[in-house]
Amino acid sequence: MTKIRFWAIILLLAGVLVGYFNYYSQVNPQWSFFRPFKLGLDLSGGSRLTYEADVARLNPADVSDAMSSLREVIERRVNVFGVSEPVVQTESSSLSGTTHHRLVVELPGVTDIKEAVKMIAQTPQLEFYALRAGVGVEMASSTDFVATSLTGQYLKKAQVTFNQNSLSPSISIEFNGEGAKLFATITKANVNKPVAILLDGQIISAPTVREEIRDGRAEISGQFTVEEARELTRNLNLGALPVPIKLASTEIVGATLGSEATQKGVGAGLIGLLIVAIFMILWYRLPGLVAVVSLSIYVMLMLAIFKLLPVTLTAAGIAGFILSIGIAVDANVLIFERLREELKAGRGMHEATKEGFSRAWSSIRDSNLTSIISAAILFWFGTSLIKGFALTLSVGIIVSMFTAITVTRTLLLALGFRNQVGWSKFLFGQAFFKR
Amino acid sequence: MNIVKYRRIFFAGSLILIGVALYSLFSFGLNLGSDFVGGTVMEIEYRTSRPELAVLKTALAETKLESLSIAPAGEKKLIVKAKVISEEEKETINRILSLDGKAQFVEKRFSQVGPALGKELSRKGLIAISLVVLLTIIFIAFVFRQVSKHYLSSWKYGVVAIIALAHDIIISSGAMALLGYFYGAEADALFLTALLTILGLSINDTIVVFDRIRENLNRHSSNDFSEVVGISLNETYTRSINTTLTIIITLVCLLIFGPESTRYFSAVLLVGMTVGTYSSIFIAANLLVEWEAYSRRKVVAKGRK
Repeated sequence: MTKIRFWAIILLLAGVLVGYFNYYSQVNPQWSFFRPFKLGLDLSGGSRLTYEADVARLNPADVSDAMSSLREVIERRVNVFGVSEPVVQTESSSLSGTTHHRLVVELPGVTDIKEAVKMIAQTPQLEFYALRAGVGVEMASSTDFVATSLTGQYLKKAQVTFNQNSLSPSISIEFNGEGAKLFATITKANVNKPVAILLDGQIISAPTVREEIRDGRAEISGQFTVEEARELTRNLNLGALPVPIKLASTEIVGATLGSEATQKGVGAGLIGLLIVAIFMILWYRLPGLVAVVSLSIYVMLMLAIFKLLPVTLTAAGIAGFILSIGIAVDANVLIFERLREELKAGRGMHEATKEGFSRAWSSIRDSNLTSIISAAILFWFGTSLIKGFALTLSVGIIVSMFTAITVTRTLLLALGFRNQVGWSKFLFGQAFFKR
Repeated sequence: MNIVKYRRIFFAGSLILIGVALYSLFSFGLNLGSDFVGGTVMEIEYRTSRPELAVLKTALAETKLESLSIAPAGEKKLIVKAKVISEEEKETINRILSLDGKAQFVEKRFSQVGPALGKELSRKGLIAISLVVLLTIIFIAFVFRQVSKHYLSSWKYGVVAIIALAHDIIISSGAMALLGYFYGAEADALFLTALLTILGLSINDTIVVFDRIRENLNRHSSNDFSEVVGISLNETYTRSINTTLTIIITLVCLLIFGPESTRYFSAVLLVGMTVGTYSSIFIAANLLVEWEAYSRRKVVAKGRK
């Protein structure tokens, strides 16, 4: 008994401590251990842009590399613009044969669509084209060029240089190791032929190759003004896109709408919890109160998990959390109904509590497992909105099993009623002894 | 309460509900949102007051954009829907909506989904639902494998759970069709989420009842399957109702006080949870009784031959 009471006190203290951490980290956002809640775009305001990547020209084996370098490039670009905590993710989904590769960019706080699109898509796409085989150099027109595998993906750096005679600006570029090799192969195969340099699909210049170039350096001399050359160089350095992308969907939520949704969601959750707590205490009396304490610890634990993982909270995520509170209550209700049956069968309080828990366990386990199965499928299949919901719901179900089995059980046993006489009969309530 | 005895009445009630749901699904249809079919939704709020809708509509008609529609929301808000539009088209629409700058507004939400993404969501939704159904039957057949030695084999429990599920999903979708018809509610990605939640929680409820039947089959040495089911139901319905009540309380709070974006989501869940509990108490277990009686009659008929 002393041991159980000791654990009960530890659990209560831990609950209070976690609650305090949640509160403290919310008012002191700089604290490194716990962070404030991470709010999704629909709550904090911002934009989400989904791009479809055109990988048709890539070798299937290179697609995932190209996509991850695409992600890096966009990330670098977005970071330069000083958006706080941007999220850049690649997604691929294959349904009915064709695989779609997508890039999802989330920009919290950016609610101007033009600004957002500009930030991402303005990056120049650098490509090198060679003459198609069999076309004579003199006859060549721009349609006779075909793509080579050399793109901006292999760029190491670009800088503005000035022609010593004419003083007109040009851009010198340097490839990385792999790019230099590709460039050497291309130049070797095209000696005395032109190689076209394309920016965003436009031929900027088509210098004729004199000899094989092994050091991976090239110069783009187009009709640039100094300003244009500088901007192009900066953009090339920020990252030329290895894969062309096209905007597939846009979602923008204004900041006020977001904070309205947060306030209302949290408010609804609190009111719901309060009414559920009153209901539990009126119906189950002392065990009901124990359940309310256990549920409070549950809520504190969940909030702490949201902060630690961290889980990005969205309106749908909060809905999932509120539903998981319902499931947590369910575990307690199942246990109390069993407890009541054991008491009616004439067992002592202590024994009935233990028996009630072990009997309720199989239904709690099996029923929650099926819910987790569907939550997992949701998480696996869902779009980001559905994923947020599935994540809070499944984490909620797992944590609720823990709190029902450990916290409620320990607290009830720690109360230490040995028999069903006198005041304990009242505390455990009509619901337990009538019929 | 003798739930098993009056099972035919409950079956009839469910059939009527399913009939109403199917009728609204087929005659009104689901008001599929841009999440599924692709398109643009924009929500704006005017700073002072909303211009006359008729004026806006005539002006917008001149843009000759297909399926462009506007609907008022709240006091100063306006919801604009269209197919996927370009940046220039959006600017034209914005200029018209602001009456060339005379009526200032704030863009609160803008969402544009390409048709390919929409198609993918519907397909993913269907796959997800089928997977849930399949895995549930397998899971139940496995978890309840010991019941096979009494009366019915365990996969039949799985099938019955799925019938109860179909019941819940059809009625919830019917409710969505009605909400769409009367309030213009759109079936969006959240609706799909609601359906999948109903799937998960309704099975949860049904399994608690089945779990009790499993336990009682081992405990009581009764010759009558329907009696065991009756006892089990009487032992579990308080729990089912209490649990659902707490979930309903939180959902009603979400419906009344929650954010607008989850309003119809809560409404559909509310319907789903209620019929979900109803079906696990009054339909699922009773279907088991019906099935057991049917197979017994078949065995007797075979014996006579």
